Amino acid sequence: MSKELVFTLDELELDALTELVNVGVSRAASSLRTMVGSEVLLAVPRVEMMTYERAAKLIGERESGELVAVHQSFNGEISGGAMLIFPEINSLELVRAITGGGLPLEDIIALEQEALAETGNIILNGCLATIANMLERTLNISLPEIIHGSGSEIFARSQLLEADTAVLFLYINFSVRDRDIHGYIAMLMDLPSLTALKALIGRMIERAGGESTPDHAAR
Amino acid sequence: MATKVLIVDDSKLARMSVAKHLSALRPGWTRLEAANAEEALSLANREFPDIILLDFNMPGQSGLELAAQLHETHPLIPVAIVSANIQVEIVERAGQAGATFLAKPLREAALAAFLDAAEARLAPR
Repeated sequence: MSKELVFTLDELELDALTELVNVGVSRAASSLRTMVGSEVLLAVPRVEMMTYERAAKLIGERESGELVAVHQSFNGEISGGAMLIFPEINSLELVRAITGGGLPLEDIIALEQEALAETGNIILNGCLATIANMLERTLNISLPEIIHGSGSEIFARSQLLEADTAVLFLYINFSVRDRDIHGYIAMLMDLPSLTALKALIGRMIERAGGESTPDHAAR
Repeated sequence: MATKVLIVDDSKLARMSVAKHLSALRPGWTRLEAANAEEALSLANREFPDIILLDFNMPGQSGLELAAQLHETHPLIPVAIVSANIQVEIVERAGQAGATFLAKPLREAALAAFLDAAEARLAPR
């Protein structure tokens, strides 16, 4: 049975969270660009509160094949998981891009797990560290874990399901110019962490506040 | 007449953050705000800002496309692209569009340097 979410953010809190993710992912994309040597194109991030079932369904609607995810847990004042998700068919192309394209296929296959873990580690750490800095908090980040499977299997094995029913899912679609590589970055949090995150976002808004009304606005 | 600065970002929080720095650095200046390219163009044509600060990653037209358009129609206005996307291609394209690149989260010192340079460009006008 599908579970209902019981957590909400107001318009400015959602705006602030989206901006937080946008800055974090933009920095992470810059790290990925350095690794693959080609521009990384980013969509405008989408941030939604939804159940993990809906998040899995959303990815499943976009990606019909098997997926591979690099998952890292984080904890501190907020806890959760961050995932870098690719269609599995893209993963060798990603390794080829990172290693410069000169290696034979057997070497690329041998390096796949290690290269995915390292790529995920750099991207997810970059994203989470930027978010932690903006929230003025420290996050402890686990070692990367590689998960293969469908959207449902990936979310089920990211070990968040036991925690709570309400899950924040936010994702950003990215692709690498001139390479057949695209993927998603997703973050999942349980209800107690979302409550803590809401408080931290409130403080971030206060720090930015005091000048919220322009002299003229277009709307 | 007070110098007018147009801040363009789809995030209200990001506009608030820029506004806070701007008020600290240039308290007498007038702030204009827009949440997308369409609003920005409308304000630029109506209010004639002296300086424009643009976000890069916005729904619809991107900040780079908007900067190029503004550079054609208002070539004398100093424009900065403010983005956390510090990939070399983005920084280069900002330069090609006639804009200065400022990294997000925006630091007051970086904004101050841009405003100083912009004021120097505006002075002879």
